[in-house]
Amino acid sequence: MMKLNFANANINFLGQRRIALTLSAILLVVSILLLVFRGLNFGIDFTGGTLIEVGYPDAVVLEEVRDQLEAGGFDRATVQNFGTSRDVLIRLAPREGEESAELSEEVLQVLRSGGPEGVDLRRVEFVGPQVGDELREQGGLAMLYALIGILIYVALRFEWRFSLGAVAALIHDVVITLGIFSLLWLEFDLSVLAAMLAVIGYSLNDTIVAYDRIRENFRRLRKDAVEKVMNKSVNQILSRTIITSLTTLLVLVCLFLLGGAVIQNFALALIIGVLVGTYSSIYVAAALALVLGVDRTVMLPVKKEGEELDDRP
Amino acid sequence: MNAYPSWKYLLIVVVILVGLVYSLPNLYPEDPVVQIAHSVTDEVDEDTRMQIRAILEGRGVDIKAEEFDGSQMMLRFDSTDDQMRAADILRNALTDNHSVGLNLAPATPDWLRAINARPMSLGLDLRGGVHFLMEVDMDAVGDNVAERYTSEFRTVLRDERIRYLAVERDGSAVEVRFEDPASRDEARDLLRREYRGDLDFSTRQSGEVHILTASISDDQLEAQRRLALQQNITTLRNRVDELGVAEPVIQQQGENRIVVQLPGVQDTARAKEILGATATLEFRLVDESNDPYEAERTGRVPANSRLYHERDGNPVLLQRRVMLTGDFINDATSGLAQDTGGAAVFINLDGQGARIFGRVTGENIGRLMGVVFIETTTDLVEQDGEMVRQVSRSEEVINVARIQDQLGRRFQITGLDSTREAHNLALLLRAGALAAPMSIVEERTVGPSLGQDNIERGFNSVVIGFVLVLIFMALYYRAFGLVANVALALNLVLIVAILSMLQATLTLPGIAGIVLTVGMAVDANVLIFERIREELRNGNSPQASIQAGYARALSTIADANITTLIASVVLFMFGTGPIKGFAITLSIGILVSMFTALMVTRAIINLTYGRQRRLKTLSI
Repeated sequence: MMKLNFANANINFLGQRRIALTLSAILLVVSILLLVFRGLNFGIDFTGGTLIEVGYPDAVVLEEVRDQLEAGGFDRATVQNFGTSRDVLIRLAPREGEESAELSEEVLQVLRSGGPEGVDLRRVEFVGPQVGDELREQGGLAMLYALIGILIYVALRFEWRFSLGAVAALIHDVVITLGIFSLLWLEFDLSVLAAMLAVIGYSLNDTIVAYDRIRENFRRLRKDAVEKVMNKSVNQILSRTIITSLTTLLVLVCLFLLGGAVIQNFALALIIGVLVGTYSSIYVAAALALVLGVDRTVMLPVKKEGEELDDRP
Repeated sequence: MNAYPSWKYLLIVVVILVGLVYSLPNLYPEDPVVQIAHSVTDEVDEDTRMQIRAILEGRGVDIKAEEFDGSQMMLRFDSTDDQMRAADILRNALTDNHSVGLNLAPATPDWLRAINARPMSLGLDLRGGVHFLMEVDMDAVGDNVAERYTSEFRTVLRDERIRYLAVERDGSAVEVRFEDPASRDEARDLLRREYRGDLDFSTRQSGEVHILTASISDDQLEAQRRLALQQNITTLRNRVDELGVAEPVIQQQGENRIVVQLPGVQDTARAKEILGATATLEFRLVDESNDPYEAERTGRVPANSRLYHERDGNPVLLQRRVMLTGDFINDATSGLAQDTGGAAVFINLDGQGARIFGRVTGENIGRLMGVVFIETTTDLVEQDGEMVRQVSRSEEVINVARIQDQLGRRFQITGLDSTREAHNLALLLRAGALAAPMSIVEERTVGPSLGQDNIERGFNSVVIGFVLVLIFMALYYRAFGLVANVALALNLVLIVAILSMLQATLTLPGIAGIVLTVGMAVDANVLIFERIREELRNGNSPQASIQAGYARALSTIADANITTLIASVVLFMFGTGPIKGFAITLSIGILVSMFTALMVTRAIINLTYGRQRRLKTLSI
């Protein structure tokens, strides 16, 4: 029988809360510093500009493509391989005095006229700078509203300290994931933004499961100390936390390896987010609630859910 | 004992059946098709259909199947090569009025079509195509409206014999100059009656000149802008129809933007040329009493005339007053002129246009008339570090000819440089003019080869990730794992069925959303199964453990899913395009997984273990 033996796990997670919270604080500060001083490698979705993906029938030397573009007057183009050595990604910043929407046609002509036969236009993305600004603003707003919505829901279902703890854990996960994106200078585009929102959902999922168990145990184990109850709760759900992360990661790794270059950053953002989220739901979420001063008295008895929805035994 | 009332089992069976039937159409492959439509009569007649069959047969292109829905003719082919060849052949062979479009049509069997079961449509990133976001230049709307008032004021004042010095547009306001305050006040009262509510009037004096200013009221401007946007959408739709694109999406986004999605379009250059162009014609009488060369040299243009240039650079003086604008044209085709053999556009006027044009040409037989070709292009240009929109309007006289006779409903225009230009002009005249210029602020084009790649890769990653999860669950939770796997498979079927029913568009981020749901849908079962294991360890009986496991996990699952749902609903509300697709599949996935992971697994477990009174162990 295959079974990970967490059944009798009794790890003193909350006893290590100083170490965990210090580590998290350091990671957060480093991430924020990275975001402030290094920033994110925003894709054209947010900066505006033109992106052209072309496919060659055979592997192509990037240097030649660059020379060709330079000869055609596109000296500010960045050229890189995308996925395979036959696919080339060309990025152009908005150029002065030229209509941006026409650029892609011109680039393609330059490549077709001088290079090897059979250049295939695979993708063009042009985003006007104004649209880019708006997308950035909308993305930020979407994050903010999602956080507010969650804050309210958790406050209604649990208690404000849990709510604050959950949102703090969320921000923790998102900021550290962004920090890693900044550190590795991975491109941050719309799909990564979507991944960030999925990370919010995922991280929250984990935190809620933990808080749910803490609440339940507060009501059942009336004699134990607060820290002990919390520790017990985190240990009880440990196997679930790890199994769920494992299955989700299994799928995400498939997506990362097989989904193609377009979706790679999306998958990577989620992989990082799930890893950070798993860590935070084990070490940070409960510890935060404890630090915020959650104890038995704040857990007003709430009517038990689910009983009426299920049938008699 | 663990048992469901029979209605629950029935409900589950019904949901599964409906889900299976509605996801079925996605299993049938899509045929490459060529669609032929007639832009004027809206019906491809029997003769043409015969002709099309004969042409393709003659060129050795095999038609797989043929359909005719009373207006459009649809030909199915075995391969995209055949489809492309057929389209090329037909584009050359058929007259201008026919549009030939490439598309993919599902090969859904009739019985499925009869219950409205259709496959989900694929997004541009999966099938290839163009996405444009176009911004309407709202400042130009005010200018255009003021321009219209300017010429109307002239007519009204002239008809009422009120003497004025000049009528000029000043931004989105109109200024009328008078010699004396009496005629100014008379004009003000007249115009105020005429344009009640639409315009705000004010008067002032500047030296010897008395000025009446009419500015467009904010309400009126707002209404005009809405109208302009609507007209642009209509015009774009007409133009897209002319291009022969099937299943296009043309929608308003925000206050001043329009989304245009053209699946399957590969010639993006032409699509841009046609969508953004504002070409139209104007007919004006030539001012024969003044010398255009002198006007050009001295820069002094007679008050009632405007200086134009012909294509070869020669100056022409045309009267300010327009005889007819392109708005009255209801059909235009391109072809070769009967007399000269050059490129020509054959114009057909609507009833009102024919009456006006008949009257003005009848009154001016023997005089010269100029045809002005007006083209407006809008460019985004960087200026002092900021992107500004620059509208350039070119007005050229393409043809000057003596009016021989009263012109009626049909006539031809020559003077264009190429047949391609004639073809485009005819198309633009047919589709109507844009009420305000637009520029492309966002473009996403996906070539068909990338679309194919995306679909294969997306599909593979879903299948492999899914299979790995299935294997893991079966190994880790054994019999219960298998039950969870049934639920997981059903989860996938139901997501596909709901997306098909909603006729939602599946995009690459949408596939990612499905993959993510697969990962997260397991979570509910993991929660329940872990709880059952815990209950068993605490020494409870298997039946009681099942009962308690489901009951206790429920609130956790509900809380966790609702919070994720909040995040994905926010995503849906704020996101555009790709993000929306992701949010839709994620939301549907969460809801469906609640049903499959809770109800379906419980039903199977109840049926398997529920009646065994002396159950000792569970395979978990």
